[in-house]
Amino acid sequence: MAECHPVGFQWVMEAKARGAKLVHVDPRFTRTSAVADAHVPLRAGSDIAFLGGIVNYVLQNEKYFRDYVVAYTNAPMILSEDFRDTEDLDGVFSGFDPEKRVYDHTTWRYAGMNVQSAAGERDMQWDERAPAVSEAGRGEAHGSGGAAIGEGTPERDLTLEHPRCVFQVLKRHYSRYTPEMVERICGVSQDRFREVCELIAENSGPDRTTAFAYAVGWTQHTVGVQYIRTAAILQSLLGNIGRPGGGILALRGHASIQGSTDIPTLFNLLPGYIPMPHAHTNENLDAFVQAESAEKGFWGNMRSYIVSLLKAYWGDAATQDNDFCFDYLPRLTGSHSTYETVMAQINGLCKGYFLMGENPAVGSANAKLQRLGMANLDWLVVRDFSLIESATWWKDGPEIETGEMRTEDIGTEVFFMPAATHTEKDGSFTNTQRMLQWHHQAVEPAGEARSELWFMYHLGRIIREKLAASTEEMDRPLLDLAWDYPTQGRLDEPDAEAVLAEINGRDADGNPLSSYTQLKDDGSTSCGCWIYCGCYADGVNQPARRKPGSEQSWVAPEWGWAWPMNRRVLYNRASADPDGNPWSERKALVWWDADKGKWTGHDVPDFVADRPPDYQPPDDATGPDALAGDDPFIMQADGKAWLYVPAGLTDGPLPAHYEPQESPFTNALYGQQRNPVRHLLPPHPDDRFAPSDGAPGADVFPFVATTYRLTEHHTAGGMSRWQPYLAELQPEFFCEVSPELAAERDLEHGGWATIVSPRNVVEARVLVTDRMAPLTVDGLTLHQVGLPYHWGPNGYSRGDAANELLHLALDPNTHIQEAKALAVDIRPGRRPRGRDAAALVREYRERAGITADTGTEL
Amino acid sequence: MGVRTWIGSWPVYRQFTGDDPLGRGAAAKSAGSERIKARVSTADKVVKSVCPYCAVGCGQDVYVQDGKVTQIEGDPDSPVSRGRLCPKGSASLQLTTGSAREYRVLYRRPHGTEWEPLDLDTAMDMIADRVIEARRQGWQQEEDGVRVRRTLGLASLGGATLDNEENYLIKKLFTALGAVQIENQARI
Repeated sequence: MAECHPVGFQWVMEAKARGAKLVHVDPRFTRTSAVADAHVPLRAGSDIAFLGGIVNYVLQNEKYFRDYVVAYTNAPMILSEDFRDTEDLDGVFSGFDPEKRVYDHTTWRYAGMNVQSAAGERDMQWDERAPAVSEAGRGEAHGSGGAAIGEGTPERDLTLEHPRCVFQVLKRHYSRYTPEMVERICGVSQDRFREVCELIAENSGPDRTTAFAYAVGWTQHTVGVQYIRTAAILQSLLGNIGRPGGGILALRGHASIQGSTDIPTLFNLLPGYIPMPHAHTNENLDAFVQAESAEKGFWGNMRSYIVSLLKAYWGDAATQDNDFCFDYLPRLTGSHSTYETVMAQINGLCKGYFLMGENPAVGSANAKLQRLGMANLDWLVVRDFSLIESATWWKDGPEIETGEMRTEDIGTEVFFMPAATHTEKDGSFTNTQRMLQWHHQAVEPAGEARSELWFMYHLGRIIREKLAASTEEMDRPLLDLAWDYPTQGRLDEPDAEAVLAEINGRDADGNPLSSYTQLKDDGSTSCGCWIYCGCYADGVNQPARRKPGSEQSWVAPEWGWAWPMNRRVLYNRASADPDGNPWSERKALVWWDADKGKWTGHDVPDFVADRPPDYQPPDDATGPDALAGDDPFIMQADGKAWLYVPAGLTDGPLPAHYEPQESPFTNALYGQQRNPVRHLLPPHPDDRFAPSDGAPGADVFPFVATTYRLTEHHTAGGMSRWQPYLAELQPEFFCEVSPELAAERDLEHGGWATIVSPRNVVEARVLVTDRMAPLTVDGLTLHQVGLPYHWGPNGYSRGDAANELLHLALDPNTHIQEAKALAVDIRPGRRPRGRDAAALVREYRERAGITADTGTEL
Repeated sequence: MGVRTWIGSWPVYRQFTGDDPLGRGAAAKSAGSERIKARVSTADKVVKSVCPYCAVGCGQDVYVQDGKVTQIEGDPDSPVSRGRLCPKGSASLQLTTGSAREYRVLYRRPHGTEWEPLDLDTAMDMIADRVIEARRQGWQQEEDGVRVRRTLGLASLGGATLDNEENYLIKKLFTALGAVQIENQARI
């Protein structure tokens, strides 16, 4: 965190100055480790074993926050008799289909719930289309709440004794995640591990809270979602969710990457985490809402959210009679993630490509495949500040140097469009804590530089003009689109605040809404993103609020605006006990004011404002009305934090340790080596996998490589390698290796190393350092190679791209690549040039006996 | 300059006689440094902004003089950052005004070996034509007998560095075009 989010880290140091203990778990020693109370290096790719070990410690030693667990989590829920755990099936859960490599979720449900809805078929349970729906990144569609769990009332045992209750299932599931097992899998000594367990347990309870902060490297594994799930289990057991100083904090790496997930430029989502509809026979709005909404909680009002979105998209054309243009939405039939898109480019299906502030030629996994895709396009539009690698690969990319491509042979037409910077446009970023902040235009962009707002608006305007006379049915969604934005100034720049107002939403009279609870399902309201409703309340640009922090409370509610409803801590009803009183004075955040009959406190209560703590809903209540006064997790279909996930994840209701796609070790916990439903792309000659432990040839790639960031650069470098100050601070690509590995492989500090994976080869300067300590894993010495991934051949600070080495084995829920643990070899000296580079990779593959099937086995 | 003034201008004298015994403030100032003005002090306006790098969201003050950005500093009012910026945020001035920025549209024709100039309006018109054509070429009304009403002919990548309002227009327009391969860094 000190390395990649240094200014946010000041608050960690504030906490430390007030007595907090700081534990840093990371394969490398960084600026964070330097000031931590404990640095715990572990093997990249082993976090579930580590966190699961802590869960086991908490359960075995009864360190959990019992009152919180009983009242606010699903620990008491009793599971269906049909459920079988990985303990029963040696590493897979019940419902696994080894042919299709998908899970049928039916057996994961709570006892007492009907999964099959009475009046329609739910997407998640469709046998026929289960593989396709599962493939479509569906597990990700829960960014603002859990999945639907069916109808009925779950059976519960508040004593937590029932052998099939979640609590007991959890206890059995993690019983073999012992300190000995953690030492064996992670390479962390038992003493060091127990120290961490004790620190966390001691610092949790009514008076204290522990926070987990992770950089999104946790997501970059074939079990990425389950990493975070393990932390969620632990934090829920310890009562650290919805309370001040608690939580699981994702430290995201781009100014508005949260915003671009909330208002998604993602294939599988519509704004506000409404899933993109899947293709079904006779699917209409009612069937979609029936399938995707939840019976209880605020997802129960999903029809209002999507109808209001359709009104924002298609305005007057969207009416009750035409299902509010629901049919205008394109349908999914599987995954269309960026990695599938690259394959579609290579296969000639996808012919045109826009890149807007992203540099996949060096920034995405298996960078070579990205370039091969771009080389097969008809046209490419690159919008950026400088001539990044994704704009120039056709004349100076690595394949030109190796002779694999010739510029004259490449038919791709390339448009480079200069982009405007944040100082040259109005707009809002959503930061990593869900807070929108407005940046004001300081100057107009010079020359032909323009904002993306300008580009998209005018592109849409021109296309609509060109097709204005069309009578074709396929053009109706385009021509009926509400696309009238006021423009201003010499450049005809669209008014960003007008777009914000559309996102916020309007009532039937065109007045700004102030809360998503005002949204209607009859077409009388419009709203571009329901979770952002209220960001333009009273016609005021709420994200632009800047009351100085020193002039308001520690919550600082008048700086910017956080979704939903300016709540700064999600699910903060859990900061009070079931009776509505703070668990302790020290950790008070919101509480029930019985005199006034409403929730109050330092933060905006994340709950039904006037619902008393003892409220019990009638049996037939639905949606928010079905939430009891002690159901803090209002977006969850049962109002509770999920220790166990009965629906919504593609790879299991509980996290289990699986080895990475490529691993020098055998899974010590289960017969199942890897995540059995990890998402593999179709085989490609430039995307081969290394053999894992036990298979012949595994020793050809004996080291674990992991990629990461440095303070002085930003992601793939498009915004940092062209800045002289930053280029001077970090002038070129390097790798970090231990003195032991350097001795073993004749690597010289300051010299060159060549790093080879089954995909590609790169060269890097060598930094020999104790920061990358060797570990003892399963009785063997493991060396890890650290690779900052900021580089490419352009700009002032140059070097090979670490992403050349990566493969395309993805997390099945999110389709994010496994960037954080892969198999490599390292050798002294610079990499070969020209045709010899590809020859070296080929030689490695042959020596390891790698074929198209290697690593694709279950 | 009298002797007293001369001695009084000597930093060491002021360090021992004044209220800056460590010589890190007023005592260290010379007549020359007194005359130096911060470039922000003459700015025409200060515009409130947010750092464009990571997702912490540090506040920035953007100083503008004669229609140009002259300096970018941390905003002390921000409860997120309290005036601090990291090395990247501190380099925002180079990001926004540095010589590495391009201000002209560039065009590489199929099989071409060099960039060519192209004016913005022409480029926009050409891109619109290409979108229309690629959309048609990749159009699917049905797949496996089920209505999908989409195109796989074009794709887009990017958004995490852009504004919410920009992402909104990207998703809205591409969805109306029937394009589904719309992605950003959040996938990566």
